[in-house]
Amino acid sequence: MTLQSLDTYLVLAGALFAIGSFGFLARRNAISMLMSIELMLNAVNLAILAFGAFVPGLAGHASVIALFVIAVAAAEATVGLAIVVAIYRNRRTPLVDEYDAMRE
Amino acid sequence: MPIPDTIPLLNLPWADALFALLAGVMLLAALLVVTLRDIIRCGLALIVCFAALAGLYVLLGAPLLAATQVLVYIGAIAVLILFAVMLTQAKAAPTRLVFQTQAIPAAIAAAVLAIVIGLAAAATDWGEAGRRVATGTDALATLLFSDYVLPFEVVSVLLLLAVIGGVYLARRGDER
Repeated sequence: MTLQSLDTYLVLAGALFAIGSFGFLARRNAISMLMSIELMLNAVNLAILAFGAFVPGLAGHASVIALFVIAVAAAEATVGLAIVVAIYRNRRTPLVDEYDAMRE
Repeated sequence: MPIPDTIPLLNLPWADALFALLAGVMLLAALLVVTLRDIIRCGLALIVCFAALAGLYVLLGAPLLAATQVLVYIGAIAVLILFAVMLTQAKAAPTRLVFQTQAIPAAIAAAVLAIVIGLAAAATDWGEAGRRVATGTDALATLLFSDYVLPFEVVSVLLLLAVIGGVYLARRGDER
């Protein structure tokens, strides 16, 4: 029994995803929430690569899909941070619970 | 003198020791990212987490993905996040309240999510092979430019659109 199996990698990816989801739900700062999204995307990438490494039929495909995930994550970070900067310019705060313009 | 296969006193293979070390560093850094008060330190912990993940990718036999992780995540995304932090944080000290009021339910939900994912992963038979399959860069390139060439082109257009959209959103609104 070796420490490195598909199950341990999947449990590790699940733990990282849960940490990211906690950060997304709990943090007040918009940039912290974006960091948590990056953590969750990385957890998914780790799971994809673990499947590629341990399931023979998926070997090359997993790496290609992980590359696409990284590219889409880069696009998401660009647009997300630009939106945060644009909102900050209007509201002068990065805290999401003070973005209440659409509440009333 | 060759290095022995296992660590001498613990009888633990080197790869497993490396895996445990990288996994521990990654989880610890991720926890620091979501709990630290100073957001600049959150960003630095995020870089540590990405680097440990790159090490895990190497252990999984995907060296090109590890290099991409370092280039794109550490070199581009983390630096972008740090720049955004410097643009948007107030000059005063970090805010007193880091978490929303729903932090405790969020923690419970995240713990339940981790347990459910772990149980599901352990209970399912994935049809895995006993040993790992490494992906060479040449095989990856052949696959990327034959079967996946259309998604590749679509992703390049998406990146261009995202860059243009980011510049449009983040510019100063004087002429609007």
